[in-house]
Amino acid sequence: MSSLDTVAKAAATPDRPQPHAELGLTGAEYERIVAVLGRRPTDAELAIYSVMWSEHCSYKSSKAHLRQFADKAPVSPALLAGIGNNAGVVDIGHGYAATFKAESHNHPSYVEPFQGAATGVGGIVRDILAMGARPVAVLDSLRFGPADAGDTRRVLPGVVAGISFYGNCLGLPNIGGELAFDPCYAGNPLVNVACLGIMRHSDLKSAVATGPGNQVVLLGSRTGPDGIGGASVLASASFGGSGEGAKRPSVQVGDPFMEKLLIECCLELYAAGLVAGIQDLGAAGIACATTELAAAAGAGMAVRLDEVPLRDASLGPAEILMSESQERMMAIVEPAGTERCLAICARWDVQATVIGEVTGTGRLEMTWHGEQVVDIPPGSAADDGPVYLRPVQRPAAQDRLQADDPARLPRPGTGPELRAALLAVLAAPDAADKAWVTEQYDRYVRGDTVLAAPNDAGLVRVDEATGLGVALATDGNGRYTLLNPYAGAQLALAEAYRNVAVTGARPLAVTNCLNFGSPEDPSVMWQFTEAVRGLADACAALSVPVTGGNVSFYNQTAAAAIHPTPVVGVLGVHDDVRRRLAIGFAAAGAPIVLLGRTAAEFGGSLWAHVAHGHLGGRPPAADLDAERDLAALLVAAADASLLAAAHDLADGGLAMALAESCLAGGTGAVVRLPGDTFSCLFSESAARAVVAVRPGREDEFGALCERYGVPAAVIGTTGGASLEVAGCFVVPLDELAGAHCGTLPRLFGQYPDQNAMSCRQDTPMPQR
Amino acid sequence: MTARVGVITFPGSLDDQDAARAVRLAGGTAVPLWHGDRDLRGVDAVILPGGFSYGDYLRCGAIARFAPVMAELVPAARVGLPVLGICNGFQILCEAHLLPGALTRNAGLRFACRPVRLRMEATRTSWTSGYAPGQEITLVLKSGEGAYLADPATLAALAAGGQVIARYADGNPNGSAAAIAGISNEAGNVVGLMPHPEHAVDTITGPGADGLGFFAPVRTGAPVGG
Repeated sequence: MSSLDTVAKAAATPDRPQPHAELGLTGAEYERIVAVLGRRPTDAELAIYSVMWSEHCSYKSSKAHLRQFADKAPVSPALLAGIGNNAGVVDIGHGYAATFKAESHNHPSYVEPFQGAATGVGGIVRDILAMGARPVAVLDSLRFGPADAGDTRRVLPGVVAGISFYGNCLGLPNIGGELAFDPCYAGNPLVNVACLGIMRHSDLKSAVATGPGNQVVLLGSRTGPDGIGGASVLASASFGGSGEGAKRPSVQVGDPFMEKLLIECCLELYAAGLVAGIQDLGAAGIACATTELAAAAGAGMAVRLDEVPLRDASLGPAEILMSESQERMMAIVEPAGTERCLAICARWDVQATVIGEVTGTGRLEMTWHGEQVVDIPPGSAADDGPVYLRPVQRPAAQDRLQADDPARLPRPGTGPELRAALLAVLAAPDAADKAWVTEQYDRYVRGDTVLAAPNDAGLVRVDEATGLGVALATDGNGRYTLLNPYAGAQLALAEAYRNVAVTGARPLAVTNCLNFGSPEDPSVMWQFTEAVRGLADACAALSVPVTGGNVSFYNQTAAAAIHPTPVVGVLGVHDDVRRRLAIGFAAAGAPIVLLGRTAAEFGGSLWAHVAHGHLGGRPPAADLDAERDLAALLVAAADASLLAAAHDLADGGLAMALAESCLAGGTGAVVRLPGDTFSCLFSESAARAVVAVRPGREDEFGALCERYGVPAAVIGTTGGASLEVAGCFVVPLDELAGAHCGTLPRLFGQYPDQNAMSCRQDTPMPQR
Repeated sequence: MTARVGVITFPGSLDDQDAARAVRLAGGTAVPLWHGDRDLRGVDAVILPGGFSYGDYLRCGAIARFAPVMAELVPAARVGLPVLGICNGFQILCEAHLLPGALTRNAGLRFACRPVRLRMEATRTSWTSGYAPGQEITLVLKSGEGAYLADPATLAALAAGGQVIARYADGNPNGSAAAIAGISNEAGNVVGLMPHPEHAVDTITGPGADGLGFFAPVRTGAPVGG
């Protein structure tokens, strides 16, 4: 039977009904396709438009707002490639460039936690590879439902095991991230993975198919029926399909071993100068890679779809186009280099197949056993998708939420009450030690990891001779952002910026992963527009451009959306990783200094959440000038080797920071707190850090604080085996560790080896 | 003259560059060896690095054992070529029957990455002469299938023959038999070790420099022990 829908057939049967609605296209969008083509689309063309015009690929609800990141972007001479590329690229000096990006894999990780999270790692790594860089590290920002909920016990261990499996097997150190819990993420976990890549400036690649006659080479795994949600609709609706039997799993399955080979193979192809353009295959697979490569060049491309190596011989053109089979790349290779390209691929056991060539027609044309099934202008699918200005409405409940000030909450006052509050905050799942997660990740592979969790940012060495390094941190706070989306997004940026600076690195550039509910809900759209506006303004104020990012909408169950959760990644340059600062108090006798201004700010705080289950009021004020001064001070102090440790203040305030620094370094502290002890311990005022000054360098550091205009208060000294707040309470380090480190093992299972339970100081500390 | 130490790259090897760096830091010359070549390039010693050779599909090390380079390595090891297998390399040496026993799933059933304390025992092997018996060192353990397993007779023979090179000193992180972290063959030229000495070469990127001792003997060209 010849059920193949060809271009000729489409022209001859203009009125044949097509399942555009089942594929997620509106009637108007379908009409637009017909107008572009001057006829109805073929099944294969409809498949291309349906995936390329999906929210995921076209950013149709967010595009109009995301423009602010470019429009308001500060001028940055470091920017080598920005928004619109697979990932942003910045100059980090000495001829090196860094590329980085974060991406979400939220929905698949709920459906099938292990594979969903694993393929999330694989996807972002290929984005980095496509820029010409060697991927060198990953970070994961994770959010789940309540820590003690039954479903969280299914989702969290699966997600962590999937990230561990894929990242470890790829040989990429996991250098940081986040872990948070809230009922709003039950049914909508957030799995955001960031990847960092390093290259020489001259290695930069672009996703462009130029040069008529150049060969289109498909690299990597065979194409199977993975992740074909929409195409099976198409198959059953228009191919007369095989009913229930045609239903296939819609979550992709990852093969990190193949991805490792693909990385080494592509890097060897780049080094040999054989690649004129390259694109990774992720969402929308071959449909996306071919349209984007052809559209970027303004050229044409001819593809023989029947040449695509298949894992399932029954797949037709539409399914091949939409398949999201993992571990594939598409390279554009000059004819003279094709033979050498195929030889290098064979050496790495990577399947490589020429499936077409670049043309000068300006059309994307595809055939299936000689019959034409696609003939479209590639830009119409890749660039000219619909753009929607969705209705925006500030939620009616927003005023009530902000009026519910945490000032009314009962506060601990006595020493024993404050002590109990500290232990409760330290043991809360959001704040507890994350070794249960991070010990499943290899952080040492490649031998260049200088800092990883539980430090504030990950830091990797780029050049052994000079000590050049790159720091990366990802942060977000859904509670703050719910209370005030504009400020919440700014606070997320400020925290990541600060986390990079406390290591001694200069913040340079920004990526983001914007996790929100349904854009069709005007309240969600308000949260989104406010958050984007806030982030764009803050990036301008801090002179760090957004270089790329990712939007994840529809994180909601029925009417209940997640807290708006923009996760912001900041990349910084460390001039010499031998002078990096870690969070741990490693030696006794160092003066402890609190940097920044503390006000009584408890809206969205960890204390209000843990002690009262309260979420209301206003988040801490975002003071971006103060953030900039604090970061400059920290970088200068690290450069002059004035500090022994530095830790940013965020969730849980000074109490949390002091406890973490004591536990990480295995050394206690005695502090005397000015003013109201409760506010001093638990307020979450931004633009603050706590540092341990090298003995003998106090005056120099004091002078530096004055020069940068950063308020500095000496509050105590490191030493001893307990954390003491003078005149208030004393907690032995063992008791702190018991509270901090027991929570996740208790919830998710202990190792049989009890030693694994204790908090360990396992991060190298700068000691000279 | 410095020793030339070959580091084999299998498909899926991950710590090959790290092992080469450790060789250099210890004063040796690292020579890359390729799994597909039946050629040891005249090296004085060979390291099988950590990673997931062939994706660890089938069983860790089970496919790498059949790589062309192993056809050269196995006979050379049997006549005294110093060979060190780290983590996946240890698994490959067991699969190739150059070392007895096997590495199995961690007792905790999860990948475990953390610094571990080891107590050194046999120090007359080709790779451990830089340590003193009883010396405690810190290396990095990072594996999902690191639990050493052998039958009671083999365990008794390893202990009696001085073939246990290191045991976990502070708990047993993966459920290894007799807390064994590393062993040698009878001759002492072939050593397998689950924790990673190449990740403990400085205080910038690791928990210290205790691991350098494994790479030091090849510099001096120390005679094969045993």
